[in-house]
Amino acid sequence: MPRSPRPRSSGIRRWRRCRPQALHRPPRRIAETKTGRPVAEATGRRPREIDLNTVDDANLLLAEGGLDFHIPSLSEFFPDAILFAGTPFEFNRVQLVRLIVLAVVLITMSVVAARARLVPGKAQSIVELLIEFVHSSIIENTLGMREGRKFAPMLITMFFLIFAMNLAGVIPGLNLAGTSVIGLPLLLALWTFGTYVFFGVKKHGLVGYLKHETMPPGVPKPIYLLLVPIEFLQVVLIRWASLTIRLLANMVAGHIMLVVFIGLTQAMLFSGSWLIAASPLGGALAIGIYGFEMFVAALQAFIFTMLSAVYIQMATSDEH
Amino acid sequence: MLLAEEEVSGTRLLIPAPSEIIWTAMFLLIFALVFMKFILPRLNAVLEERAQKIEGGLRKAEEVQEEADRLRADTEQELAAARQEAAAIREKARQDGARILEEAKARAEAENERILTAGQQQLLAERQTVLTQLRGEVGSLAIGLASKIVGESLRDDERSSRVTDRFLADLESSQLASR
Repeated sequence: MPRSPRPRSSGIRRWRRCRPQALHRPPRRIAETKTGRPVAEATGRRPREIDLNTVDDANLLLAEGGLDFHIPSLSEFFPDAILFAGTPFEFNRVQLVRLIVLAVVLITMSVVAARARLVPGKAQSIVELLIEFVHSSIIENTLGMREGRKFAPMLITMFFLIFAMNLAGVIPGLNLAGTSVIGLPLLLALWTFGTYVFFGVKKHGLVGYLKHETMPPGVPKPIYLLLVPIEFLQVVLIRWASLTIRLLANMVAGHIMLVVFIGLTQAMLFSGSWLIAASPLGGALAIGIYGFEMFVAALQAFIFTMLSAVYIQMATSDEH
Repeated sequence: MLLAEEEVSGTRLLIPAPSEIIWTAMFLLIFALVFMKFILPRLNAVLEERAQKIEGGLRKAEEVQEEADRLRADTEQELAAARQEAAAIREKARQDGARILEEAKARAEAENERILTAGQQQLLAERQTVLTQLRGEVGSLAIGLASKIVGESLRDDERSSRVTDRFLADLESSQLASR
C-alpha cells in the first residue's frame, strides 16, 4: 500500500467520515461502488482509502422501506490519522482513546494514592477493593503469598490497565476499547511472556527451564517425542499469542456487536416503515449487549491477569 | 466483494502497524511506571500500615483484657481474703465478748461474795463489841442498882462478876426462850 504524504485537509475530512454520522449518509448507487478505482480517482480519493473504508462505499444494505443500514466493518478499528499522518508516529482515534483513558486512570489513581489515609474514603475504598480482589482471587490462588508478593505490582497494573482500556468500549464518546486494536494486547502478552521466561530461566537456568517446561515428569519416554515440540511451541508462541488473540477478539467482537445493534436500531427507527415497530426490540438488545460488554470488560481483564499469573507460576514452580 | 474486503482488514487486525506499536509501548511504559513506582507502593504502604495498626490494636486489646482479668482475679482474691478476715475478726470479737462477759460475771460474783463476807464479819465484830460493852455497862449498872437496893456494897469484885455473869446468862436464856 502506498504511503505518500497527503494534504492535511484530507486527514480531517477522513476523520469526520469515521464518526457515527457516516452510518446514515444518503445511500449511493451500488453501481458506483462497483467501479472501484476509477470512481475513486474521479472523486479525488486515493486507492487506499477505498480499500480500507468499507463504511461509505461497500456493505450498503438497501432493504425494503429504504432501510439505511451499514454493516460495520473492521475498518472501524483503523481510523484515519489525526496527527503526524504518514510518519511512524501516526496518531489516530484509537491512540487518542488510549491516551484519554491513560490520563484519566493515572490522574484519578494518583490523587487517590496521594490522599490515601488509614481510614479510607469512598474512592480509596473502591480502589482498595479492586486491589484486594486481584490479590485474593488471582495472586494468592495461583502464586501463593510469598511468590505473589514479587509479581503483585505487575499483575495489579495489568488488571487495572486492561480493565480501564476495555471499559473505554462502553464509555459514550470514547466508544472503542483501547484493547480492541492489536498493539496493546500484544505488548501486554509479551510482557507476560518476557516475565515468565526471565524468571523461569533465572530460577532453573536456560536448559533447566526448557526441561522444566517441556518435559513434565511421569510420562513414558517415547511420548516425549511428541510432547516436547508441543510444549516448546506452547511456551514460546502459543501462550502469548492466545493471550493476545483472546483479549483482542473479545473486544473486537464486542464492539462490532454493539455497533450492529445500535446501528440497526437507529436504522429501523428512522426507516419510515413498519420496521419502526421492531426498533424497541433492537434497542433492548443493544442495551443488553451494552451491559454484557461491561461484564466482558471485567471478565477479560480477570482472565488475562489470571492466565499471566498461572504462566508465571508454571515457569517458576519447583516441580510440576 | 464484501468477503474479500473483510479478509484484507482481518489480517490487518492481527498485524500491528509501527505507529500502533510505538504509541502503545509509550502508553504502556508510562502507565506501568506511574502505577508500579508511585501508586501501588503508596497504596500498599497505607494498606500495610492499616494491617499493622489493626494487628497492634488487637494485640493491645488482648493485653488490656489480660491485665483486666488479672486485676479482677486479684481483686476477687483480696475481697475473699478480706471477707475471711472480717469473719475471723467477728468470730474473735464474739468470743472475746463472751469471755469478757464471763469474766465480769465471775468478778462481780466474787466481789459480791467478798462484800457479803466482809459485811457479815463486820457485823459479827460489832456485835461482839456491843456485847462486851453492853455486858460491862449492864453489869455495873445492875450492881450499882442492886447495891443501892441491898444497901450493901457489893465490892467484892469476884462476887459481883459472878452475879453479873449469872444475870446475863439468865437474861440470855430468857432472851433465847422468848425468841
